[in-house]
Amino acid sequence: MTGQESAADLESFAAEVGTDDPVAVVGGRTHWTVGGRCPEGTRLVRAPRGVRSFDPADMTVRVGAGTPVEELDAALAEAGQRVNLPLTPGATVGGVLAVGRDDMHALGRGRLRDALLEAVYVADDGRLVKAGGPTVKNVSGFDLCRLLVGSLGTLGLLGEVILRTWPRPTAQQWLAGPCDPMEVRRRLYWPSSILWDGQTVWLHLEGHESDVEAEAEVARSLGCETVDGPPPLPEHRIPAGAFEPQEIGGRHLVQVGTGTAYVSAPSPLPDSDPAVVALHQRLKAEFDPRGRLNPGRDPLAAT
Amino acid sequence: MLPSDRVRVAPLERSIMGRDASIFEGGQAGPVCFPTNTAEVQGCVDAARRHGRAVVPRGAGTGLAGGAVPLGEPVVVVTTKMNQLLSVDADRRVAWVQPGMINLDLSRALAPHGLHFAPDPSSQQVCSLGGNVGTNAGGPHCLALGVTSAHVLAVEVVLTSGEAVVLGDPDGFAPGLDLRGAYVGSEGMLGITTAVAVRLTPNPPAVQTLLLAFDTVDAAAQTVSAVIADGIVPAAIEIMDKNIIWAVENFVGAGFPLDAAAVVIVELDGLPGGVAAEADRVAELAVERGGSVRRAADEHERALIWKGRKSAFGAIAQIKPDYYLHDTVVPRTRLAEVMNRVYEIVDEHDLQVMNVFHAGDGNLHPLLLYDRREPGIMDRVHAAGSAIIEASLAAGGVLSGEHGIGIEKRDYMPLMFSDADLDAQARLRRAFDPDEMANPGKVLPTGASCADVNALDKIPEGVWG
Repeated sequence: MTGQESAADLESFAAEVGTDDPVAVVGGRTHWTVGGRCPEGTRLVRAPRGVRSFDPADMTVRVGAGTPVEELDAALAEAGQRVNLPLTPGATVGGVLAVGRDDMHALGRGRLRDALLEAVYVADDGRLVKAGGPTVKNVSGFDLCRLLVGSLGTLGLLGEVILRTWPRPTAQQWLAGPCDPMEVRRRLYWPSSILWDGQTVWLHLEGHESDVEAEAEVARSLGCETVDGPPPLPEHRIPAGAFEPQEIGGRHLVQVGTGTAYVSAPSPLPDSDPAVVALHQRLKAEFDPRGRLNPGRDPLAAT
Repeated sequence: MLPSDRVRVAPLERSIMGRDASIFEGGQAGPVCFPTNTAEVQGCVDAARRHGRAVVPRGAGTGLAGGAVPLGEPVVVVTTKMNQLLSVDADRRVAWVQPGMINLDLSRALAPHGLHFAPDPSSQQVCSLGGNVGTNAGGPHCLALGVTSAHVLAVEVVLTSGEAVVLGDPDGFAPGLDLRGAYVGSEGMLGITTAVAVRLTPNPPAVQTLLLAFDTVDAAAQTVSAVIADGIVPAAIEIMDKNIIWAVENFVGAGFPLDAAAVVIVELDGLPGGVAAEADRVAELAVERGGSVRRAADEHERALIWKGRKSAFGAIAQIKPDYYLHDTVVPRTRLAEVMNRVYEIVDEHDLQVMNVFHAGDGNLHPLLLYDRREPGIMDRVHAAGSAIIEASLAAGGVLSGEHGIGIEKRDYMPLMFSDADLDAQARLRRAFDPDEMANPGKVLPTGASCADVNALDKIPEGVWG
């Protein structure tokens, strides 16, 4: 895919989004109702699909927002690299960025919000807007990329993004056991994931083979043993800091170190500070005063 | 609201606050306030609003892009008296700090917990954490772990409405938009930071520091690209060229080889197995490109190498009284090519340059040396600076990697962003600060559409030194 083809795809995506009527962008429909349902009959559009450019030596990748995350992962794996996006089967790159959920390994690999270097999105008036820049380090102007991650497409519709890539480690291992998650965190240097359901801790180690083995030995001394993998994450996300673990009903998993818990039954979110709510309203009024982008979705209601 | 000894209006005190560490002169401070808590900052903002003045937050004043230079006699809110460590939760790896706390003081206070704050700007002995948040500051050790934004969990901010609000969440997840992320790096234009919840990083169990020496800058830059391409993400990779090596050796005697055209400092940290394997591989890649390799044998030698790196700016004063430090980023695969272009540009303008920079990120820091008493010199310095920015952007780079835009690069923004892009940034600004009362005149070009990028006369007269 050449730069010209990428630009042409973005132009036609912008033309499809248009300038007037309400429009929602659809990816893999894996998180379609997060933050609310778009009204019946809302016109649907799809973002461009495909890996545009990938230079492993730069450790960045430019990709259409409509690309399935598994397709991106397969392309990066050929060069021994990966991105810090959740690899939800069927989900698209733009979809997981707009929903903003961290991968289960965010503790060690970094947060989803830090994966996005540059975004080209279609604004409410149909114009293409670029946020951020293509390099791994960039403080040129306000950081709109952070605002777009987790915005549910309510401020702009992602067309193409540049993501930071990372080397894939050579060794990895899941362990689990009935131990104290804080003790696990204290004793291990850099676990990539610690999940806790109130009784069992699942932890993931990755890196150089001898380091993974040495850390696994520490985990075994705390009562863990090697397992195939973690249980699936329950469907709804809540801020873990707002609840004591015993208050979380149903099946739940706390993602230690990211302030997030996943629960099977949605809990009402704690009320946000009115000043925070007002900032959300003013941002929406500035970026999409007519409310045409992804109607029905509210980032503050996203669980 | 504030006792009179913490509101300064004397001409001398106001003129001191008229500058920061950038080359910009001619800033004009109004009343200078030294609040000690959030309520007092709210009082400063309310007073500014009543008197129709802007507010400009200021930490230690070490910014290099003019972000803290007050334009139009605003109320200057100095956070140096808000310098307390409010709380540390070692298990949750989070600390609340006041914005005036010095970066290095925080990491020193955390040492007993085996933790540190990862961003380490070269000015870390004097720069404040509020300023780090304002500029989204970097430093050598941001290569693997990211710049300030990745290490800020929440900020308490006084908006220009006078309200105090917490953006983000100290545990790491706040529902809704990432207002925290939008705020970090906003250069004082969305509000005034009154407290920061910082993410704490465990000290690595193993560290190896390598000093690689090369006969050409090209080989040094190629080695950096080769390390990254090999799938190694070191904690830090810094390049220093011959000119800065000589200045530093004369200044602190860090043991850098004087016959090298460039040295590369590579630091690897983490668990011992990976560190040892990666250090061996980095050494191999360096030798393949004609480099020689020295490994720091102990903590003393490691500290000396870093002392050499971090003393670079002080060492320059031996050569010329003034310097202009640039800050652009290029893709890591284009480093060698852009470095060569920088040397050509400097020759074309008959200037001296030293290069000491965060090579692993592609973050160039050419230092143009000059003596401001030399007639006409500033024109050449600015012309060379413009050419360096243009060469960086032409290679697919960006305007700033860690210093910010401030006044310095405000009018270069249209080189990187379209009208629509700049309009979107202005919308973010207005959502937080509808009256554009916080640090006006920075970052966004006036009219957000000026095409004449060399129109430095748009900046208030006398501001360019």
